[in-house]
Amino acid sequence: MFKLSLAPIQALPAQGVAGADAGACVVFEGRVRARNRGREVVALEYEAADETARREFEKIAEEARRAFSVRDILCTHRAGRLAPGDLAVRVVVTAERRGAAFSACEYVVDELKRRLPIWKKEHYADSSSAWLNQPGP
Amino acid sequence: MKSVRVRYYAALREQRGLPLEIVDTPAETAAELYDELRARHGFRLAREHLRVALNGDITGWNSPLRADDIVEFLPPSAGG
Repeated sequence: MFKLSLAPIQALPAQGVAGADAGACVVFEGRVRARNRGREVVALEYEAADETARREFEKIAEEARRAFSVRDILCTHRAGRLAPGDLAVRVVVTAERRGAAFSACEYVVDELKRRLPIWKKEHYADSSSAWLNQPGP
Repeated sequence: MKSVRVRYYAALREQRGLPLEIVDTPAETAAELYDELRARHGFRLAREHLRVALNGDITGWNSPLRADDIVEFLPPSAGG
């Protein structure tokens, strides 16, 4: 399940999200860093191709389910303007066993960073800004 | 000629100055459409650095264009 959120990502419930038959739950949280490539970041803007991102995430999740024995794979990703320390993405994987949960979570996070049509623009203290990962002129 | 809806994102959106436009084009494939638009607007991103999605699905550049398709040109990913 994939959700894009313009609002801050809500805290997970205290009792967790795994059901009774999921012995393991692995959570990845990616937060905005205050420094990147030696520069002070004052804000990070995320932009997404909403529906295309959702469909590509579902493909990634399906690949993870085929490769690892997992139950639920959930992702919430921010869009809009974020400050250093803000939660940008959360991936939750539940499984019967921890090995599958750890492996699937790593796979999903690596693939979403590589493949989802989502972009980030860093804003720096000197008022300049730059879209990340763009090829040079 | 066919009418398609083109969506731009991130650096490409800034270069075009628009997030979305309707384009009448003789292009038969997504690649031909991008080449046409790049020649017209001077985009600084070469096609080899982009991906393309048609109607919400990331697909190959040689995919055929149909009338009313939603075409999204996707700069290199930087999510997560």
